[in-house]
Amino acid sequence: MDGTSLGLWGVPLAMLAGAIRVSTPFIFVSLGECLTERSGRINLGLEGTLVMGAMSAYGIALVTGSPWLGVLFAALVGLLMGALHAGICQLPRVNDIATGIGLMLFGTGLAFFLGKPYIQPKAPNLGAIDFGWWSSIPQVRQALQVNYLFIVGIMLAFVLAWALKNTRWGLIVRLAGESVDAALAMGASVGRVRLIATSIGGSFAGVGGAFLSLYYPGSWNEGLSSGQGLMAVALVIFARWEPVRCLWASLLFGAAGAISPALQSVGVTEGYYLFSAAPYALTLGLMIATCSPQRSLRGAPGELGAVR
Amino acid sequence: MEQVLERIAVPALALLASAVMFGLLLAIYARVDPLEAYALMYQGAFGSWFSWQNTLLRAAPLILTALCTALPSRLGLMIIGNEGALVLGGVAAAAAGVALVNVPTLLAQLGMALAAMAMGGVWIALAGGLRQRRGVNETISSLLLTYIAIALMNHFVEGPLRDPSSLNKPSTFPIGDAHMIGTIPGTDVHWGLVFGVAACVLVYVVQRFTTWGFAMRVIGGNPKTARMMGLDVGRYVLIACGAGGAAAGLAGMVEVAAVHGRANASLAVGYGYSGILVSFLARHHPLAIIPVSILLGGIGASGGLLQRRLDLPDAAVVVLQGILFVAILASETLYGRLWKRKETA
Repeated sequence: MDGTSLGLWGVPLAMLAGAIRVSTPFIFVSLGECLTERSGRINLGLEGTLVMGAMSAYGIALVTGSPWLGVLFAALVGLLMGALHAGICQLPRVNDIATGIGLMLFGTGLAFFLGKPYIQPKAPNLGAIDFGWWSSIPQVRQALQVNYLFIVGIMLAFVLAWALKNTRWGLIVRLAGESVDAALAMGASVGRVRLIATSIGGSFAGVGGAFLSLYYPGSWNEGLSSGQGLMAVALVIFARWEPVRCLWASLLFGAAGAISPALQSVGVTEGYYLFSAAPYALTLGLMIATCSPQRSLRGAPGELGAVR
Repeated sequence: MEQVLERIAVPALALLASAVMFGLLLAIYARVDPLEAYALMYQGAFGSWFSWQNTLLRAAPLILTALCTALPSRLGLMIIGNEGALVLGGVAAAAAGVALVNVPTLLAQLGMALAAMAMGGVWIALAGGLRQRRGVNETISSLLLTYIAIALMNHFVEGPLRDPSSLNKPSTFPIGDAHMIGTIPGTDVHWGLVFGVAACVLVYVVQRFTTWGFAMRVIGGNPKTARMMGLDVGRYVLIACGAGGAAAGLAGMVEVAAVHGRANASLAVGYGYSGILVSFLARHHPLAIIPVSILLGGIGASGGLLQRRLDLPDAAVVVLQGILFVAILASETLYGRLWKRKETA
């Protein structure tokens, strides 16, 4: 996209466009990670799940001709990857952080292995809704091309927030994350709750991957993901484990990613790569500001060993 | 005796299980005879002097980055920022190499190594210090620091240190052929392997035979006891994290000064993440890191042969590595249960 004709206005517009265009995978992986962590488990392997989701969605869309079947299948694959992580972490003395990293490697490797035949052919794309019909400026029109999954992601954030807060199921998930004893007293099986939460979290990440291969960038290759799955952990901390804040954080991360090329296009060539570090520096700053040796992060689930 | 047997039996079981799973994948999906594939893999990894050299080359960065997780783990800290320390170590080495272009070779190489180790050490010590002073979780902060490190690398490689003649793949200026660290005489294996093995032995000796090592074991066992003994826990955390980061930084220097000749995005190809897993597979034991790295290096080295002979995708070996990692991590749960079951049965 060329921002020069709009002058400096091109920068915020490009950020808006970036937020709409690239934040969808962030929304899905961060909601998945959020749900997983609220149940008291960390999953560092969502990058592998995301790439597996991207590959399987592309493959299914190619074979069946229906991108939505691809999305569904990606969710299923993500569900299985999540269940695998949960199942392994449930064994006594198994480290969940290392397992997550192991599954990240396994997932990306398997996706490249199985996805080799899908690199060349072109699968059908998920469509978009044109919200920019009123404008005559091409940049605005392009910025307001909104994919369906983006809208689904926004709704999912609010639904998840509501469900965690107001349903019995949400209460049990939160209990499993805050206090195993309390969950046991309620008669809930902590292991099963975490298995379900981690699996559903994985299926979200799978859908995030489907967005990558079926909409933007919209093809399958080995360099498809630029670490969106790895960022999930940072996003969730930044959002302090609240689904709706995950949504804002994802939009912010998406916009931050668009700053660099936008600044470049208006002639700022110095230091713009540093902007891509801004979300992480902010997250780290937030952790430094709110932690002290006496207490851990505000909003962190009590049973989440990884952040203690 | 049973414990020794267990330490061999459990990983062996995990290895066997991964071999079966990968074999099934090959047989069912790729329609390749698994036994033939394994024979080829052995040939490609350890079958000839040429394969051995390829294997050792791939093992070198893993040995060094694994120490970045293994060292702090003795104090009960889990550092996963290995990739960041490696990347910034590589950038620091390249910057030093460019600055020291007119200095005698050995001095320039020493300068590069020191710059890389200092950079990597400070980077990981930052995570350790934040843990100690502010209670910030070191696992998460070191992961965040990795992203920041990669952004910093992009900044330097595309900005202040960029060689304008590197068009397709932005890189720093080359450090010059004269200052490359070269290979071990009589082989094609660069000196990084020697650095790695020496570092592991050094860490082992320090951990086993010095008061520092003893103090670190006490802290890892029970920080409260350590404080009551009058140990300065914070200082040891900084030392362990700094030394671990320095090892990963040195891995970055080796990548620059022995492989690429300059710093660019090829630094961030995942050696750091594999290093974390190597450390876990070695159960954070410095000497065990060496054989584990060689095994994983061997699997990586055999990929080319599998691709040429059996037409398998090059990611096949990554799948096997992934299965192996997960299986061995999961097998951790078998310790202490393998024999008890037999008694009751």
